[in-house]
Amino acid sequence: MASRPGTCRQTVRSRMSRSPKLIIAVALASLAGSAALAGGSSEKPEAKPVQRFNIGRAPTTEEIRGWDIDVRPDGQGLPVGKGTVAQGEKLFMDNCASCHGEFGEGAGRWPVLAGGKGSLTSDNPVKTVGSYWPYASTLFDYVRHAMPFGSPQSLKVDEYYALVAYVLYLNDIVTDQNFELSNGNLATIKMPNEAGFIMDDRATSEKAFWQKEPCMKNCIAPVKITGHATAVDVTPEEGKDGKPRGVE
Amino acid sequence: MSKDKSLLSASRQSRRGFLTAAGGLAATALASSARAGAGNLANQPPNVPEWTRTLGEGVAVRPYGKPSKFEKDVIRRDVEWLTASRESSVSFTPLHELEGIITPNGLCFERHHGGVADVDPADHRLMIHGLVERPLTLSLDELKRYPRVNRIHFMECAANSGMEWRGAQLNGCQFTHGMIHCVQYTGVSLRTLLEEAGVKTNGKWLLVEGADSASMDRSLPIEKALDDCIIAYKMNGEALYPEQGYPMRLVVPGWQGNLWVKWLRRIKVGDQPWHTREETSKYTDLLPNGKARRFTWSMDAKSVITSPSPQAPIKHGKGFTIVSGLAWSGSGKVRRVDVSLDGGRNWWPARIDGPVLDKALTRFYYEFDWNGEPLLLQSRVQDETGYVQPSKAELRKVRGYNSIYHNNGIQTWHVQANGEVENVEVA
Repeated sequence: MASRPGTCRQTVRSRMSRSPKLIIAVALASLAGSAALAGGSSEKPEAKPVQRFNIGRAPTTEEIRGWDIDVRPDGQGLPVGKGTVAQGEKLFMDNCASCHGEFGEGAGRWPVLAGGKGSLTSDNPVKTVGSYWPYASTLFDYVRHAMPFGSPQSLKVDEYYALVAYVLYLNDIVTDQNFELSNGNLATIKMPNEAGFIMDDRATSEKAFWQKEPCMKNCIAPVKITGHATAVDVTPEEGKDGKPRGVE
Repeated sequence: MSKDKSLLSASRQSRRGFLTAAGGLAATALASSARAGAGNLANQPPNVPEWTRTLGEGVAVRPYGKPSKFEKDVIRRDVEWLTASRESSVSFTPLHELEGIITPNGLCFERHHGGVADVDPADHRLMIHGLVERPLTLSLDELKRYPRVNRIHFMECAANSGMEWRGAQLNGCQFTHGMIHCVQYTGVSLRTLLEEAGVKTNGKWLLVEGADSASMDRSLPIEKALDDCIIAYKMNGEALYPEQGYPMRLVVPGWQGNLWVKWLRRIKVGDQPWHTREETSKYTDLLPNGKARRFTWSMDAKSVITSPSPQAPIKHGKGFTIVSGLAWSGSGKVRRVDVSLDGGRNWWPARIDGPVLDKALTRFYYEFDWNGEPLLLQSRVQDETGYVQPSKAELRKVRGYNSIYHNNGIQTWHVQANGEVENVEVA
């Protein structure tokens, strides 16, 4: 069973009283999913009769089906289909490797899809499907609606399953070349970094940034320059006069 | 860690040779000052200038006006090495040349994930479905029949100033702070449409999706959707520009730009978030312990001095000097702005001029007599919640160096005795 992502409740900020706790305006259920918090906001806006305009029409089932292709971590929205790692490898070489490299290592500045394991606390984190992404559903959802870059939605559902299977294989998340990914098992795939995310906690972890009166005099010891942008020298176009500018 | 360490790999470090070889350089913004210094004496007193002695262009010769040719350097610019392709990239607003709080439509920074969708409004549809009583399909004309609202809001990319996390890197506020714009939107309150569709009691989240080749999709909590979001079809009075989502986009006041889905075509109501690519792989903020924050929606209070700045040096020498800048907060209104001339040791209240609006850019000034000595200029905003813009050091203490997003740290400009200005870090 894939774990269910936590539901989250937001407290709408009152326009009168503001406190750091309300700034980000999000109270969260833990990822374990607290039923008590999943019930929605207790603050109801003042009830006033809702006006109906009756402008527009109902979409047909067919119209919704054509566009409604998103997928959730629990598998909701997965289309019927299947594909194996081996099938995905061939498709990847034909459709993806020119940008992402044969092993997902990335060509030039195009995204790296595999590797980076254990790098998240390092100086140079490499955030890939295997090292970073929390859910396999995201990979399917994204690849199916936005890839290949430049010709999105050009492959068949089974081909997308195969491609996702291959990318999971590149990341050692599945290890058998004959593994067949399908709408029946995608939501059961456990991603290594699923537990690597926390809800926005700025209101508590950065509480010190809320102050009554900011300091105005002798706030810190005299400072010295410790870094220069000109030393890095990557600003577009330095002309003869050495001023930063751009390309026409 | 070396403070000057850039985000770049060594292979990208040596750009100067390549970039200057690229040719086609824009004339520098300094040209205007050169003109002020010398220029063509035949057009200056006591002589009568040529434009006084000849007829100018007639009306409607330019059915859609453009800025003066002498302002040709006030343009969006990009940083080539940032991205792999122009279709999934960003350009920057020339903040250093602008005043007030409204960004001209043609200068609003761009951020696309699959290029600018070329949408025929006659064929565009907005679909609302999922956990609603009455699913809806609307054309642009039908959307315009719903009651309208007008709101001025800033829109800031979550990655604005992201290249500065590891140290001073790009030399100009266009590049360090230019992933932001502020325009007046006209559109329909999202709440109005959600009420029309009738959200079911278990409808807690919206999936919002664009019609571009990236089909950008994000999860939006229902409380925000019912609070102040807008589906906009006009900006600064005219139709949205294609690069800003023509014919319609989502406006999510105070929240990171990525949620402001352009070319908006679909809103699906569900009971939990989708965890799309743009809220898992991207727009999540890595902390030093290897965990990452997700759903960091709101943009915290931030400010920057737009002039003087590296692209807008002081050219008049000593004497009365105007410091001009912008402040904003995703949590509400700007309460105050302070300016420091000595790198944050002492502060002076800035003067706010013009409207102070909720979740909108706010213009401030600090006027002083410059004695010609070097300065370390900073600005610091406090918003109405009491939040005070932190220094970069304070931010790094909590978040480390690899957050990528949400860098709202205080910017330092080093003004040298000759009036040149540089992006620096101080400690």
